[in-house]
Amino acid sequence: PAHSVFARGIAAAGGRFVCVGEPGAWAGRWPWAGPAPADPPDPTGTSFGAVLVFDIPPKGTNVTLSEVLEQQRDPITDIAAERGQAPDGAGDLVTADDAGTLCLWSSGEEFTLLGKIPGSGCTCSSVALWNGIVAAGYGNGQIRLWEAGSGRIRAQLSAHARWIYALDLAPLTGKLLSGAEDSFVHVWKLSRNPDTDDIEVQHCHAECVTDTQVCGARFCDPAGDTFAVTGYDLSEILCYGPA
Amino acid sequence: MSARTLPLLFLNLGGEMLYILDQRLRAQSIPGEKARKGERRTVMNDIISTMFNGKFMEELFKPQDLYSKKALRTVYDRLAHASIMRLNQASMDKLYDLMTMAFKYQVLLCPRPRDILLVTFNHLDAIKDFISDSPGILNQVDETFRRLIETYNPLSDGEFQLIRQTLLIFFQDMHIRVSIFLKDKVQNSNGRFVLPISGPVPWGTEVPGLIRIFNHKGVEVKRAEFTTAGNYVTPQREGSFELYGDRVLKLGTNMYSVTRPVETHMSGSSKHLASQAKENIAPNPLAKEELNFLARLLGGLDIQKPAGGDSGFRLNLFTTDEEEEHAAQTRPEELSYKVINIEATQEPARRAELSRILGELDVAEPRPGSAEKGEDLLALMDGL
Repeated sequence: PAHSVFARGIAAAGGRFVCVGEPGAWAGRWPWAGPAPADPPDPTGTSFGAVLVFDIPPKGTNVTLSEVLEQQRDPITDIAAERGQAPDGAGDLVTADDAGTLCLWSSGEEFTLLGKIPGSGCTCSSVALWNGIVAAGYGNGQIRLWEAGSGRIRAQLSAHARWIYALDLAPLTGKLLSGAEDSFVHVWKLSRNPDTDDIEVQHCHAECVTDTQVCGARFCDPAGDTFAVTGYDLSEILCYGPA
Repeated sequence: MSARTLPLLFLNLGGEMLYILDQRLRAQSIPGEKARKGERRTVMNDIISTMFNGKFMEELFKPQDLYSKKALRTVYDRLAHASIMRLNQASMDKLYDLMTMAFKYQVLLCPRPRDILLVTFNHLDAIKDFISDSPGILNQVDETFRRLIETYNPLSDGEFQLIRQTLLIFFQDMHIRVSIFLKDKVQNSNGRFVLPISGPVPWGTEVPGLIRIFNHKGVEVKRAEFTTAGNYVTPQREGSFELYGDRVLKLGTNMYSVTRPVETHMSGSSKHLASQAKENIAPNPLAKEELNFLARLLGGLDIQKPAGGDSGFRLNLFTTDEEEEHAAQTRPEELSYKVINIEATQEPARRAELSRILGELDVAEPRPGSAEKGEDLLALMDGL
């Protein structure tokens, strides 16, 4: 049966792996209507939401499929690796899916699932991981910050009025960049309060890309002083920097 | 991309086409001339019943990739000619331009990806209004309505966003300027749509501005606010996804009226024309295959040929014949749709098969023995 399979989400982990998100499909029939059944009708079919782990050799082109992680029942939307220093037990990889579920992994010969943060039904479209803080952007315009180690929510930002397409992190400063369909790009500053161990968030800057639905946003330097933006129907990449 | 996009694309574009045809048919008729009103009704009924043909809908709803722009344009060519009405190439081009830009606008401005379904329902509600006095056709439309609800209501937001993205890719780089959009300030003079940063947020989204901090026990310990140029408010209520109901969303409702003629402007900036030129020049080997299949399905190759040109009539999308002629001559080469005409009736075997399909598509009112005819058609299609 006709179905399209394409990958969403890619990240390098553990110094030698590349992880790629797969929406997954039944080997047999295409589930046309209704939610995916709890038990696949064809036992040899793969379930939805798989993460393919590829082992990249230091030399040569012999890339092998090391593992398939199948913990998420919904198509994978994004994958992010730890960009800073992971606290003990926090894991170094996070995967997100259509239902908003986040999975935390520890990479290695065999990837270990450390924890699952259940979604609330809203798609998590973009995710970033820094110093044990998971930053997740959702289809309803919200950004949530989670403690990677405990899986607890630490901050909730009513950030955008539309679907968030992109999140990026500047590892040197903890700046977070968010871009959404509402034409806005926001820069936030994440930090940890050394006394309370609370995660603090500050809004630094807002940019409105007039009449453009922002599809991509990335910092151009590790400190987050400049960033680039792309949008639907836009044949240019817009770069923003300090005046 | 999503394999469930084609039904939504077809139905919404079809809906826009009917809005425009209805407006032009009313504008072209002379007040008091009863014959014209009957003609308009017949044209609308013929097109709508062809569009919602059961077998065609079944094929349409099968998971598949979107047709190419050329193939889809030919479908609407056939559809627009499913009655005694005739359109010149220039008028058909203009019709298609208006249809596609209108739906592109609706897809782009949908607050939530799921709201594309509400846009579709708006079109169907209006179509039901057009044929409210033909119970047979009304039944066909309701059937499709139910099929839409069954197929799409259970989909997740992520799946809808994928559908939306598939549609946006289809419409990418189309910047034809439509005067009704320019006048209402929803489109800029460079052809891009205005995206408002004020108004109600989508259902399920919070008005931007609040930051909430929680401690390690999950207790909220701090609140902060930030401001932006946007001016958003909370929405009143959610639109209905049932067979009947208030859709709330205005996108997809009829924006044309007899007093607002619609023009399109063909000139765009050169870089956009260049990218479109590339697409038209490269031959698509699959296009012919798709078109054959569609031709078989619709079978609508000149169903009612006007006897000696008397019983048919020509609809003009422009205000005068001279304007139409001028538009045909001045349409930029890059924007021509280069419609492929396939004479599927040349082979005698095909002709026989097509006439049988024709017979099936002709009738909107239920007839005795039509069930057997349906089985014949299915066997026919399997054999093709």
